[in-house]
Amino acid sequence: MASEIKRFIYDLLKLGKRGGSMSMLTYFFGVIVPYAAIAIFIAGFFHRVLTWASRPAPYKIPVTCGQQKSLPWIKPNYFENPYTNFGVIGRMLGEVCLFRSLFRNLKLELVGDRPLYRGTKFLWLGALAFHWSLFFVLFRHLRFFTEPTPSIVLLVERVDGIIQVMVPTLYLSGIVIVIALSYLFIRRLIFPNMRYISLLSDYFVLILLLGITSAGVLMRYFYKTDVVKVKELMGSLISFHPVVPEGLSLLFYIHFFLVCVLVAYFPFSKLVHMAGIFLSPTRNLKSNSRARRWVNPWNYPVKLHTYEEWYEENKERLKRAGLP
Amino acid sequence: MVVIPESEELIKIDYKPPKKKWMDPKVDYKRGSYSYGAKLKDQKTLDLPNKREWTPSNPVEEWGLPENWKEIILKKMEELKNRYRSSLYLDICVRCGACADKCHYFIGSGDPKNMPVVRAELLRSVYRRYFTKAGKLFGELAGARELTLDVVKEWFYYFYQCSECRRCSVFCPYGIDTCEVTFWARELLDSVGISTYFIMEPAANCYRVGNHLGLPPDGFKNTMDMAIDDIKAVTGIEVELAINKKGAEILFIPPSGDYFATPHWFTFMGYLMLFDYLDLDITLSTYATEGGNFGFFHTPDTAKRLNAKIYAEAKRLGVKWILGGECGHMWRLVNQYMDTWNGPADFLEEPVSPITGTKFENAKATKMVHICEFTADLIKNNKLKLDPSRNDQWKVTFHDSCNTSRAMGIFEEPRYIINNVCNYFYEMPENTIREKTFCCGSGAGILADEMMEVRMRGGMPRAMAVKYVHEKHGANLLSCICAIDRAALPALMSYWKLPVDVSGVHELLGNALVMEGEKERTTDLRLNPLKRRGE
Repeated sequence: MASEIKRFIYDLLKLGKRGGSMSMLTYFFGVIVPYAAIAIFIAGFFHRVLTWASRPAPYKIPVTCGQQKSLPWIKPNYFENPYTNFGVIGRMLGEVCLFRSLFRNLKLELVGDRPLYRGTKFLWLGALAFHWSLFFVLFRHLRFFTEPTPSIVLLVERVDGIIQVMVPTLYLSGIVIVIALSYLFIRRLIFPNMRYISLLSDYFVLILLLGITSAGVLMRYFYKTDVVKVKELMGSLISFHPVVPEGLSLLFYIHFFLVCVLVAYFPFSKLVHMAGIFLSPTRNLKSNSRARRWVNPWNYPVKLHTYEEWYEENKERLKRAGLP
Repeated sequence: MVVIPESEELIKIDYKPPKKKWMDPKVDYKRGSYSYGAKLKDQKTLDLPNKREWTPSNPVEEWGLPENWKEIILKKMEELKNRYRSSLYLDICVRCGACADKCHYFIGSGDPKNMPVVRAELLRSVYRRYFTKAGKLFGELAGARELTLDVVKEWFYYFYQCSECRRCSVFCPYGIDTCEVTFWARELLDSVGISTYFIMEPAANCYRVGNHLGLPPDGFKNTMDMAIDDIKAVTGIEVELAINKKGAEILFIPPSGDYFATPHWFTFMGYLMLFDYLDLDITLSTYATEGGNFGFFHTPDTAKRLNAKIYAEAKRLGVKWILGGECGHMWRLVNQYMDTWNGPADFLEEPVSPITGTKFENAKATKMVHICEFTADLIKNNKLKLDPSRNDQWKVTFHDSCNTSRAMGIFEEPRYIINNVCNYFYEMPENTIREKTFCCGSGAGILADEMMEVRMRGGMPRAMAVKYVHEKHGANLLSCICAIDRAALPALMSYWKLPVDVSGVHELLGNALVMEGEKERTTDLRLNPLKRRGE
């Protein structure tokens, strides 16, 4: 079985090499698809974010997760109940970089007839591991777009490859991302409640990412791709003089194509949470609504029961009670 | 009266979701889990859309919806989506499941549509179908659902089983606030004339008369006289109380529950005793007799219409600033909405305590101070003579109310007061208090008798946390700073068979406050004999 799979992959690779001159097919997948994907991404993403941003935030509705600022001798919680811009930035950084809210996660268990809420860090760890390793992986990919490779990228590569157990250098991020994605995928399958709430698109994104990352891992460690040629292609794409070099492996095209699918799909999917978090009114607003007036741009007058109307209806009763 | 299962039965909860997908909107209306339709007279008072009598338990085809109901709802949805940036919560949920077991209604019922993520999906799925490309193209594959009458019926059931408590939002990595989603759903339902009796009657009363009960000015005056008599019975002092006094320094706005229900009543007595003790130049009003706001459980417009009376009355009376009583959703409004809706309050002055001179800078725009902030400041400055042993009959625990916790963050002030007026104070487990606090189960218009099962299920997590301190420390008093809590928790305690009473914080203050010239106290405000330590 294993040898058959190996043979199959080798056949695929040969297929890729057979390309010869710049065929229609390689041009399509090497040039048209990535340009289209980026165009869709940019248009879709900006449209999405600008749409959100153009909608007003009528009320100041931070969710407060700590002591408010009130009397001078009561210590407020600067970040969980932010009163200043500094506090909001801190709260946002905590959310974006450390997943603060997921860190709080509790797990419900019914023990006997009592519900218990124990801290659980699995989701937090899985999500954090995935997002940070994705960041490192993407950052390392900068070497394909730059000439010469910036020293910061080289530094990140050094850090990422700190455990030198094999040649080529094993990058931690590449391994962690696959493990984390697998965990995130498996938890959707095995927990009944996760299965209940998961939509097809939730699985789709995870499978897509798993496909991309495993193709990447395979390319780096097992079925080498000519990185010089990849760099050539990328350089030509970003300089808008696209030339597809010969001899790029099929595995590369698979990896590249899936990335393009992800990029094009991004603005239409839940992945826009990447931008949405920054605009989330429960997290990005200050909790100083009693100290600083907040204006709702579409605030309109509503019909009121005025004192005069009320007085007309109640003057007898007021008189009877001897009230002014 | 709705008959509901005994607590021993109710606690047998199965958290395993059913085979049926949530996308199927069919829902069996279970008695005890939904409120009645709003009465025609209340719809008329507030001039709501599509006025008629209707019955939720009838088939949805007989609800009397307008012929173009679908068009109306979708148009409203378009409008809401463009009005609120928080509508991005309809786009960014990744269904990570962190919120799933955080909702007290889910914990108490196991009904998977009470998971916050699914509750929001009930609305999001319709949004996707009509307002997103993926939903239009791929339909159910993209998690999109047609808007059908069954969906409307499902919305009514589940969006009136959300107490807008925001606990899920604390745990959400993007802060997605189901409370916002519930607001929209209720507003969508209202656009075709769907609202509940239990919310609209108090709202209509409040609009027309001034408070939820519909207590007119003479009745209000009688009630105040009763409070004065009751205080006299305990302390021997006849407290002074101004009503509709022009030119007073402070206008006091209590939640009306505090003067027409028990155990709220004792908290109300506590307020009045404090004001008299300090000789405050403070007045109550018969036009704005309500800080609570059931309109908030209906639509923001209704809430704004009721809330407007507070500033209007403050202006008419010419007071300097406003003091607010112990109430949950009232304080969400005062803290996050009032100024935006009905401000600027430029006719008022920045609140300063006339006793201590403390400037309440955190309230300098809205000009309304929470009575716990006010009292904590007094105690800190040694302005109150207190005898905490008069509360020795109580082993006190404190329930953080949803709104004051997650839409304000007033945690230390009430605790500081309790610690100064009581000798025995015990916290409930850490994951059930402060920002992680549980709802009483009856917030946001669910405090109806006919919704008893939902209330007892939703209150279960709170009840079990109380059970813990009751068994461990003998706690026998659950104090809180919310009038809905004070109405909801006694029923919850008795249902879950906990011999624990419920009180406001200022009831405890009233017990401990040593007033000048008072007679020797032999009872607390409830007329129970005092039991000092060692007696």
